[in-house]
Parts: sequence; structure tokens; C-alpha cells
Amino acid sequence: MSKKAKGGGAPASNKAVEALYGIAENIYEELDHGQVPKMKIPLRTKANIRFDSKHSVWKYGNLMGVRSAKKLKGALMLLRTMYVLEFIQDMINTSKSSTLREMYYISEGWDVAKFHSQDESNLLAEDLEVITQLLREDFKLRPEESGASVIGNLTLEEITRNGERKRINCRDDVGDAGYTIPYNIEKEKVKFVDADAKFVLAMETGGMFDRLVENGFDDDGKCILVHLKGQPSRSTRRLLKRLNEELKLPCAVFTDGDPWSFRIHASVAYGAIKTAHISEYLATPTAEFVGITASDILNYDLPTDVLTPRDVAALNAELSDPRFNDEFWRNEIQTMLQINKKAEQQALAKYGLDYVTDTYLPEKLGPLGLM
Amino acid sequence: MPATSIAEELAKKQREISVSEFFERNKQILGYDSPTKALLTVVKEGVDNSLDAAADADILPDILVEVRKVDKDEFLVVVEDNGPGIVKKEVPNVFGRLLYGSRFHARAQSRGQQGLGISGAVMYGQLTTGKATKITSKVEEEDTAYFIELILDTKKNLPSKVREDRVVWERAHGTRVEIPLKGRYIGGKQSIFEYLKATAIVNPHARITFKPPEGDSTVFERATEEMPPKTKEIPPHPHGIELGTLMQMMKETKSYKLSSFLEEEFVRVSARVAKEICDAAGIDPDTKPKSLGLEQAKALHEAMQGAKLMSPPTDCLSPIGERLIKKGLKNVLGNLRPEFYAPPVTRDPSVYSGNPFQVEVGIVFGGDLPPDQPVEVLRFANRVPLMYQAGGCALTQAVGHVDWRRYGLEQRGGEGLPFGPAIVLVHVCSTKVPYTSEAKEAVATVDEIMEELDLALKESGRRLKTHLTKKAHRAKTREKFEIVQLILPRIAEKSAKIVNKKVPVLDATITKIMGVVWIDETIAYDRKQKRHTVTVNVHNFTDAGKKLNLHVLLPRGIAAKSFDPKPAEVRDDGKITWELKRIDSVSKASVSFLLEGLDEAEYDESDLYVSEINPALVIGAEPLPGDWELNYAEFETEETAAPAEAEEEGEIDYDETEEALDDE
Repeated sequence: MSKKAKGGGAPASNKAVEALYGIAENIYEELDHGQVPKMKIPLRTKANIRFDSKHSVWKYGNLMGVRSAKKLKGALMLLRTMYVLEFIQDMINTSKSSTLREMYYISEGWDVAKFHSQDESNLLAEDLEVITQLLREDFKLRPEESGASVIGNLTLEEITRNGERKRINCRDDVGDAGYTIPYNIEKEKVKFVDADAKFVLAMETGGMFDRLVENGFDDDGKCILVHLKGQPSRSTRRLLKRLNEELKLPCAVFTDGDPWSFRIHASVAYGAIKTAHISEYLATPTAEFVGITASDILNYDLPTDVLTPRDVAALNAELSDPRFNDEFWRNEIQTMLQINKKAEQQALAKYGLDYVTDTYLPEKLGPLGLM
Repeated sequence: MPATSIAEELAKKQREISVSEFFERNKQILGYDSPTKALLTVVKEGVDNSLDAAADADILPDILVEVRKVDKDEFLVVVEDNGPGIVKKEVPNVFGRLLYGSRFHARAQSRGQQGLGISGAVMYGQLTTGKATKITSKVEEEDTAYFIELILDTKKNLPSKVREDRVVWERAHGTRVEIPLKGRYIGGKQSIFEYLKATAIVNPHARITFKPPEGDSTVFERATEEMPPKTKEIPPHPHGIELGTLMQMMKETKSYKLSSFLEEEFVRVSARVAKEICDAAGIDPDTKPKSLGLEQAKALHEAMQGAKLMSPPTDCLSPIGERLIKKGLKNVLGNLRPEFYAPPVTRDPSVYSGNPFQVEVGIVFGGDLPPDQPVEVLRFANRVPLMYQAGGCALTQAVGHVDWRRYGLEQRGGEGLPFGPAIVLVHVCSTKVPYTSEAKEAVATVDEIMEELDLALKESGRRLKTHLTKKAHRAKTREKFEIVQLILPRIAEKSAKIVNKKVPVLDATITKIMGVVWIDETIAYDRKQKRHTVTVNVHNFTDAGKKLNLHVLLPRGIAAKSFDPKPAEVRDDGKITWELKRIDSVSKASVSFLLEGLDEAEYDESDLYVSEINPALVIGAEPLPGDWELNYAEFETEETAAPAEAEEEGEIDYDETEEALDDE
């Protein structure tokens, strides 16, 4: 899943080496000229995401932040950047790769520059992506977590670790857990062969995924079920995007009814703030929300929990998030704040185990023309 | 001050009822109005007695206080000391007679002033339990100790022996008193523990052991072998005398003439002044003092107040002193690891209504002290901790009247007790502390005393502020120091390695990040030699060479030697000046000196000043006050805010955009 795969040209490792050299060179030149070293990076905040009408996704705008050695934190991040550059250079030279987590542990040997949490090292890896317009895979860094699961009548070909092409049907060739999405879900690794489905249904929780599998909803509803596992990883979102783009399958997102679920949908459909530099590769702008809304809580009279202060803060933050700036979301967010309640998708079991597949989903998917 | 003192009251009533009965009826004003307070008061009287006895005999006090639980609400208080002991025939009088003692008219600072102390405790115990008090006392000349069990005859104000004996006691000399009483034992702010802790702070020469009813003993170790200076007794000053006391003195005097009575029994009264007073009162100087009636006494008293007199001598006072306040505070509060002991302030003696007095203030700041609570005020009068009536006490009020916001503490509206991690010690000593009541729980607000307190507190506050300003500057600079010393060289090294070039010279970058002359003091202590080696480093982190004068002001009473390099001037007030040679950009100069013979804790830091340089460029030292020659201590530093660090225009710090990126 790298841009060069699309554009061709120089091998990624050369480009990466050049880009990283460029960063180090800038810092070096600034020091050599007696300047205070600094890096300019597009701000990765909700204040700096703009709608890209060409791709119908949200991408970073023009606001730039400065990471300067004048401040302790900035100086430390610059030093870490140098260490990371050196580490990546070594990996490219020796044809190795590492997980993000391994890089975090490697930093134990970096003395004052060591990372205090994996969030810090992940953020720095993303900073490098944003600056160089390359992907972390180009830097020989990969996420340690596997993607989520797929069940449905989708046939694909995956290149196994032996280099063989393996044909897999995600309904007939897999167990109840489904097909596991590998971290590299690009064409050179996974090819779609065929799909007999009208749409893709992406679920937030494993419990609901299992319920729909047990109820045979992939067959009855003629859909491909994808388990998001909470906030979906890049590879999960990339798979949804490819299914939508290449197989023309519409996508529906079925989540809990709370502020965090709204953000899950936003990252699938509009692009995540954290990865807005690659939104056009990850987001599926036509994805529809069929998760529990505040209105559903009232209409279906669902069992609920009271919003926590964190939930309320998250909802209020969403009110100033440009991605939620439309009538539907404003209404739902405000209604949720008003009723001060949230509900899980499994709360539908109040009306029986089949209620979700017999009633709720048909009522939601019907108007979308998906059932 | 109360309209009539208890002395007058007692003098008047002595004929009608016994003083013991009087006490019984007035026990609330003497500190026995609740079971909790009674227990503390008994301990207090015992400890006061022991400290005074040791002081009289020039002995370093070693005091044991034990509170034993006898029954649900009955306790036994044991106070044992290593004092000189009391001769057998005086023991019953000291412990079994109210108002017995020689301090009544004395004009020297002492703890007990009215003689109600320990015998009052004995009586309270007897009234509440019906039991006798046991006393063991041994003087050095005798081989055995005298033991007595006694009660007070409350009608006659006389001791009554229950049992007496001679016993063997391992002590060379000392006194032990065991008082049974009804009371209530509590913890917290007004506990016996806190009282003893406070006592230990202001009596660093004493060793105090406390055995509570339950749990382990606490020992407040001696912090110094130095005895507090002896106080001299002086006759009263005419301005401070009360009518009742005057009448009592006239009754007891051996003088036959009023003029000689005035001349001999008062301080600052010459023959000429005595005559003036008599003339003003319209009384013949040859009148026999004993023969004066109430009206004449009143006239005399008035004339005495109006006479022009020199202030009383003040060498009768015994302040703790700046050095010992600090030692005491460190010794007792050291486990709270305070970051700063403001150099204590002892004001020069002053006078109110003919009574000499002196105030002292110490501030302890930071460490494990709670940052969000009102500051703790430790109040002392004549070295005795005041535990009650904090709100009505001049010492607390004086603290509340200062605007502490100027000195770096939080305070709502600039008055009332400030908030912050601090303890403020306030001590007033006087030949006559003006208490608000006979219970001696709080000091009355006398103008002269309030004024002195205010000055002392403000001076302490300034010392605290100087420290806090220095600290804030240092924190900011330390961060930059870390950048240029630790991080920047590595960035240079790593980037050079990646681009395969030689490591760049960082001087210009360093001056851009720092842009200051940074001054710091480092101290090394040699325990064996008892020697501090003090080094002051001047780092020039600006982009040009700098020349400046460095002034080091040693804390009061500390002298330095072995200066390197040779200073331009060493002054008696402890100020040492170096005229430093030009320091190149990104290099440093150092000066050093030795302090001999001090304990490690006796020296923290000096005040650093600079001149002949733009002070805005300097961090770690203050500009030398322009009016240094006048009086540096009184110099009111102008509280100008440090110029805000110039942010580069329109730049957003990438690492300070604290937005939760938690949507993936």
C-alpha cells in the first residue's frame, strides 16, 4: 500500500533514503550555519483538516507547526528524529524491517532520546510520513497488529509467506473467525477474484460480528461482514476502500451508539485526523452509517448507560469537528447530549437474538437500497 | 489587654477568699476549660518549669514527657528533667502553693510570669481526680532524692504533705513530677505532640522525649550545644507599669521616700525625673510610699505615664537569633525536606508602653509541605508555643495583613492567611508579652508590636521572593541548559553521521537558544575539614564577549577566605566583589572561596548580584541595588515582571498542539 506502487518510478527504498537524508541534511545545514534547527510539519489537528472535493475525503490543510530545538520537547523530538532516521537507514541497508513496537523497544538504547510510550514513537513515524509524503512501510516500519476479520462470499488470492498464490473464499475456506486481514492488503499481496454480495457491512464489535455470522446474515443479506475491532486499523480501512473501489460494493458501518462510535464511522467514511495525509487511500466516502443513533435509542427504546464526563467532552469536541458539520450529525450529537445516554449495538438483543437481523438491519438498510 | 490584671484581682481578693478558691472559680481563664486543653496545659506547665529551671542553672535541658492512660478519661502526666533539682524545703511551696515564686515583679523575659503555672496544674489534677501529685527531686549535693506526695489546701493556699521519703535516683540532679488528671488525649494541630515539636523548634538547645499513651516515643534531638544567652533582670520602666502593680510595689518597698522609691525601683528614673514625676502628681517627694491612698496612687501613675523618659534597656531580652531559628527549624522540620529556609529575621529590640520587646520571623518553604493549604503559622511568645486562639492573636493577624502575593504566595484579595507550601514562624519576646487573657493563649494587637511584626514578615517575604524568582529563572534556564549541553550536541553528531560530514560547531546556535549570561553557585562540602568550597560560575551564552562585576553577599554572620581569583573588594557586611575580565562568547569564568568551620546545613547559598552589565541578559543574579550603601536589607526590590520570552511571530509549536489524536 504505497504511493509508488501506483506511480511507479524509483524504488521506494531509494526514495525513502533520499527523503530521510533530506531531513537530516536540513538539520545539519541549520546547525552548520549557526541557526536553531527546526522542522516544519503540517498541523495534525481538527483545526487543520479541509475537505478535498476531488477525493471527497478530509485531508490536512495548510497550517504548519514548527518543531524547534529552542524548546526542550522540540529538541528531544528532533534528536529522536535523528535516531529514527539512522535506524531506518540501517534497516534499508541491511534489508530488514521492524514493527512499530520493535522500534519503540529499540529506543531503549537511545538514552535521553528514548520514547516514553509507543504513542510517541507511532506519532513520530506518522510525522515522517507527513513530511516525506511516503508511507511507513517505505521506511520498513509496519504495524504489529493484524487487521480484523472478514466473512462472506468473497474470493481473493493472497501471496503466502512461501511466495505462493493461495485462493481463499472468505465463506467456505475459513472457520467461524473468518479471514484475517494481513497488514499489507495492497494488490501485490492480495488480489480480489470475485464476490457474490450486494454490499459490505462493517461492525464495530466482535459480539455483533459473531451474532450476524451465527444468524447467517452474510447469506440472507447477501453481504460481506467485516469486523472493525473498534477503531479500524489502516489495513482494515484500506480493504473497505478497495472493496468499494474495485468491486463497486457499497459499504455500511454498524456501530454502538456513543461518541467514539461516531468517530469510528468518521475515520472509515471521511478520513481520520491522524492519517489525513493518506485519507484518499483509506477513506470510503460513500460509506453509510447504520449504527445506533441517539434517535434509535429513543425509537427502539434501548437499554442505555449514562454518558460519562469523557463522553460528554468527546461529543462537544465533535460539534467543532468539521467532519461532523452537517445536519444529521449535529442533530444526533445534540440529541445524545440532551438525553445524556448511550447504547451498545448488542442492546438490540432486548427484543431477542434475531431482532437485529430480522428487524433492525432491514429497517436501516432498506431505505439505502441495500436490502 | 484585660482591664484589670489577674495580679490586681488576686491582690484585692486575697483577704476575702483563698487564691486557691479563686483559681477554682476561674480555671477557664487559666487554660483548663476543656479536658483536651487541660491535658495540654498540664504538660505545658511542666515543660515550662523544666526549661526555666535548666536555664537558671546553665544546664542543657533533657526533658522527658510521658502521658499515660490510667482510665477512660484519666491520665497521668509525667515530666522529668535534668535540671538543678529543688531543695527539700522549697518543693512543697513550688508545687503546692499558687503565686509562689520570685518572678512576679521581675522585668526579665521568662516563660512563667505569674507563678500560677505548675501549682495550678497540681491543683487541677487534684480537683478532677482527688489524687495527690508525686514529686521526686534531687540536688547535686545530696546522694538521694527527695520524694513527696502532696495536695493543696485550697482554703489556705498551702501545700499539704500526704507522704514523703528519701529515694535512690540514678540522676545526678533533676526533678520529676507526676500529675494525675482527667483529660482527653487528641492528635492534630493542638496536640501535645505539636506543642512539643514547636517547643523543640524554638529551644534547639533542648532534647525532648515524648512518650504518648500509645505508640512509639519521639525524640526531638538537640540541634545545638549553645545555651540561649542569659536574660538580665531589670526594674520596671515607669511607662509600662500597671496601677495594681505600682500599688503592690509601694506596699512592699523598703524606701521611706517616694522619690527614692521611684529612683531605685524603676529603670531610667534619675533624681531629677523622680522629682518631676512627684511634682506632676502633686505629691511631696518625701511622702512615705506605703502611705499613699488610691487617689494619690492614681495621680502618681498618671504622672509616671506622662514623664519624658529614655526607653528601657533591651539587653534583658532573649531572642532566639537568626542562626538558631534556622537550626531549630531544620532540626525539627527536616523530614519534610523543605526546599528553602528563608534566612530568619530578628528585628532590633523596640519598646511598647515601657516594655522592651523584640520580634523574629522565619519562613520554611516547599518540599513535602502541602501546596494548596493555608500556610501554617507557628506562634511563639517568650519561646513558648501558642496553641489556641490563633484567629484572635496579633501574630496571626500580622501574617494576614501582609500582601503575600508580592512575595510569591497565593492570597485571596491580598489579605488573610496566604496559601502555599510554607510554614511561618513568628516569635515575640518581651519582659511583658501583652496577652489577650490570663490564659496566655494569644498576643494582643499592640501598635508598636504590629509594626515590628509587619516589617519582619515583609523582610522574610522578600527573602522568600528572591528565592522563588531565582528558582523560576533557573528552571527555565536549566531546560535550555539541557538542550544546549545534552541534546543539541547529539543532534549535531547524529545528523553529521547521516549526511556523512564533520560535526558542526554549535556556538552560534547555542547563543541563539540561550542568549543569556548564566550564573550559578555550586557548593562542595568536606565533612572532615568542616569546609564549604563555594564556586560561582559565570557562563556567557550570548553572542558577544561580556565584562561584568560579580557581587556575592554572604549570609549574615558568615565569613569567607581563600578567594580565587583575588576580589576587588571584601566588605564587612559580607559583600565580596570581583571585577571579572572579559568572558568570550560561549565560555565561562569562575570564582571560588572557602567557608571554614560550619556544619553542612549552615550554608545554603549567597545572594548574587551583578553590575556593569545589562541585567536583563543575566540569569541567576540580581542587579546590584543602586542604594546598596544605604541599607541593603531594607531595600524594597521592585517587583517587575521578567520580560516575556519573545515567541517567533506566528509560529505554532507543533509539539504543544495537545489535541487528542484518538480517532484511529
